[in-house]
Amino acid sequence: MLARSALRVPSRAIARQSLGKTATRASSTAAGAEFASSPFYLTITASLATAAAAGSAAWYYHLYGQEAFAMTPAEEGLHPAQYPWVHERFNKTFDHAALRRGFQVYREVCASCHSLNRVPWRSFVGVMHTVDEMKAMAEENEYDTEPNDEGELEKRPGKLSDYIPAPYKNDEAARAANGGALPPDLSLIIKGRHGGCNYVFSLLTGYPDEPPAGANVAAGMNFNPYFPGTGIAMARVLFDGVVEYEDGTPATTSQMAKDVVEFLNWSAEPEMDDRKKMGVKAITLLTGLFAISVWVKRYKWSPIKSRKIVYSPPIRPRR
Amino acid sequence: MRIFKNHPLLKIVNSYLVDSPQPANLSYLWNFGSLLAVCLGIQIVTGVTLAMHYTPSILEAFNSVEHIMRDVNNGWLVRYLHSNTASAFFFLVYLHIGRGLYYGSYKSPRTLTWAIGTVIFIVMMATAFLGYVLPYGQMSLWGATVITNLMSAIPWIGQDIVEFIWGGFSVNDATLNRFFSLHFLLPFVLAALVIMHLIAMHDTVGSGNPLGISGNYDRLPFAPYFIFKDLVTIFIFFIVLSIFVFFMPNVLGDSENYVVANPMQTPPAIVPEWYLLPFYAILRSIPNKLLGVIAMFSAILALLAMPITDLSKLRGMQFRPLSKIAFYAFIANFLILMQLGAKHVETPFIEFGQISTVLYFAHFFVIVPVISIIENSLVELATKKQ
Repeated sequence: MLARSALRVPSRAIARQSLGKTATRASSTAAGAEFASSPFYLTITASLATAAAAGSAAWYYHLYGQEAFAMTPAEEGLHPAQYPWVHERFNKTFDHAALRRGFQVYREVCASCHSLNRVPWRSFVGVMHTVDEMKAMAEENEYDTEPNDEGELEKRPGKLSDYIPAPYKNDEAARAANGGALPPDLSLIIKGRHGGCNYVFSLLTGYPDEPPAGANVAAGMNFNPYFPGTGIAMARVLFDGVVEYEDGTPATTSQMAKDVVEFLNWSAEPEMDDRKKMGVKAITLLTGLFAISVWVKRYKWSPIKSRKIVYSPPIRPRR
Repeated sequence: MRIFKNHPLLKIVNSYLVDSPQPANLSYLWNFGSLLAVCLGIQIVTGVTLAMHYTPSILEAFNSVEHIMRDVNNGWLVRYLHSNTASAFFFLVYLHIGRGLYYGSYKSPRTLTWAIGTVIFIVMMATAFLGYVLPYGQMSLWGATVITNLMSAIPWIGQDIVEFIWGGFSVNDATLNRFFSLHFLLPFVLAALVIMHLIAMHDTVGSGNPLGISGNYDRLPFAPYFIFKDLVTIFIFFIVLSIFVFFMPNVLGDSENYVVANPMQTPPAIVPEWYLLPFYAILRSIPNKLLGVIAMFSAILALLAMPITDLSKLRGMQFRPLSKIAFYAFIANFLILMQLGAKHVETPFIEFGQISTVLYFAHFFVIVPVISIIENSLVELATKKQ
């Protein structure tokens, strides 16, 4: 604004000077360019002022800008720490060896209570297991056949197209076996919980040896600060060495938690690797198109942008 | 190309998108219209595709969405495009409305365009809400319950209307089916409204321009100048959309919606999608239910008051510094409302919400008319002196 208002007087002066030669008058922007540049000290002052404003705002945010929670931390659940998950980065895939270990943890530990209803045996093929491995694993389980000619259901060994069987027949059976608490299905657990991977990892590794003094733990419940309400029906399940990894990785609690969380993230987002790969293609293609569009726009507009605007006032007859 | 001038349909295309003369000084802020048209196109194409695999039943809806995500070829791409473009649609429509407020696009002779635009905005919100219910996660069910229950605030017949909308005594199978049906229908209503929006603009004086003066001094044909200018922002939009769709598709959604709807369990906080939060904050700021609902709807309808309450003799704020301050204060207040909508209803957020609500309405009905009168007087004083 300042620059523009400063412009006004000189440009009018120029206009007055060149009143006589109408044909050669330049457009006002070109004529005003030298006046538009402000003194250097103004730029410095403005930059410093902006930096000071931004800096003080950042400092204030650092001091007081933390989110205010209306519920108590116990009701909300302790906020999980942010862990450096490699697979969450834009340019990284799942670690498929970790997925394989995580599936082992799921099978040997979690699967006794938690279902994984949305994941079929076929989806492991080519991701962390071979066809033969998965066929063998599927065949270990029995599934109902279609009704035969007599209308009876028979049992058959599992096929690749079958889904991982649930540990309980139905929700009621699951509740009955777990003191009234329903172990949630784990297929979407990473997407379906605030905090995702960080939350599940913190929950699995966050059981204290004994509840802190003053904590209210109901009968049959366990204390976990990360669980909303802190009372969780699931006890700590991961202990060092509870699983023996086939690749020889030391099965510490945090190693198992990390592997199973990554596996559960795969089961929630099996498309992630493909998605990111397609994303890189899309970005490459679109940035190319964007660049072309900028050049073409500039090419098409250059005659307009460089045209000269001339004002020819009506010539009054001289007296 | 003579066919473009003679053909009864093509000549309409010609007069809107090819030869249509546009003011030469349009800035990039005039590109949101074409971007919004692209959004509507993406939504209709992806939406129709999703409908081919979706089952509107409370037992199967969630499963069918997961089926799309896992088993349908590139189904995840279609669904993530649909959900993220919905957010982009609102982001762009807010920018489009903001451009209109800043440059006085609502002033006569474009009042009709502005009014149709407000209707489009309301239909968009309805469509987005209906669509959010369809995956039938926890937030779908409880969001639907909260929003449909707003109607119960209507005196005498409120509860009957709510049950009429539900087709039962709670959100149920009938509700989901009719929401699906309406969610499929409304985008085409939107498309028709968009055409009306264009006709209303085209058949009066066309686009405004940043200077707020007549555009007739210098115009350029739409093709090639504005086609290629629009393409630049369309590709920027595609790049940003791709970053969301491919690398962080769920960042704008609530994880609660990946939990199957459970009528027996209320989620700890029922929060609408980010784009509805300012209006949700206004609703919650009013202690009385009926007045709250009225306030929420009038917050949108307040846009219709702009042509009346802006008394300024100049179009747009380019040369009105006081209005600029008021405008940016309004924007900041809107963003604050957006933050407050996601908070628990608790001190101090209740009080902040009430202050922001008062400010929101004051902008339309007090601040804008007062400032425009002041500025008119200042301009008059300045011109009289000379």
